[in-house]
Amino acid sequence: MSQLSTLSDAELVQRCREGNTDAWNELVERFSRYVYAVCTRGYRLSEEDADDVFQEVFTRVFTHLDTLRNDAALRPWIAQLTRRLCLDSITKRGREQATDEPMAEELAADLAEIDEAFTVREALATLSDTCQEMLDRFFARDQSYRTISDELDLPSGTVASRIARCLSKLRTELEGRNEGPRGSRG
Amino acid sequence: MTTYDDERIGELLRVLPPAPEGWVRAAQELPAARRSLDEIVARAEADLAFRQALVADLESALQLEGYEPDRRVVDELKRRFSES
Repeated sequence: MSQLSTLSDAELVQRCREGNTDAWNELVERFSRYVYAVCTRGYRLSEEDADDVFQEVFTRVFTHLDTLRNDAALRPWIAQLTRRLCLDSITKRGREQATDEPMAEELAADLAEIDEAFTVREALATLSDTCQEMLDRFFARDQSYRTISDELDLPSGTVASRIARCLSKLRTELEGRNEGPRGSRG
Repeated sequence: MTTYDDERIGELLRVLPPAPEGWVRAAQELPAARRSLDEIVARAEADLAFRQALVADLESALQLEGYEPDRRVVDELKRRFSES
């Protein structure tokens, strides 16, 4: 776990403003999955359009970081920016019907799930590097026990037991967040 | 209060696969791209011959001067020169 990955969003924004390139890299890393998911899973943009929106989101974040009034509001700002640029992209492509009912309900449900998933990722970021890697490989990257076992040179049984143990830790972390604000990067 | 079982946590982890590496890298290179853009613009403002070369043939002029700017820098320079 890098030192920067433990910073709150507000602290990260502050370092980015100071011109810290590593902080910018962490900011992109922290939000890249979220922006990608909103573009592709939420608004179902083509890869080409999603790439354009993805780059535009981070270009605007980089350019307008100084105008962010509340540094802790980075996540809602990026969320709003991404959604608006996705809608612009759809409009440009002449697919306004994508926002019609009942697709709007489906979109709202997908975006809510993406937001929830981001919260889970924030909780995951507080666990050890080993747990982050195990759970990311198995779930987000859809790697099999066999692949993980081969790439990390671990017995399959060890991979399975570590995944189970790390899931349990992640569940505990999420339950802790439900009881209070600890561990939040917001 | 939201409750999570292992199955739901797994589902939610699957919702956020990694973005393509090239996209992430390009976004991370934004500060360097911005510095490159600022440097080229400053030089164009101070050096009339360089500015004329950029207006005549942007990509060739940049190559000739040893710049290897990314697509965003080239697009931004085209936009700026078309406005001026």
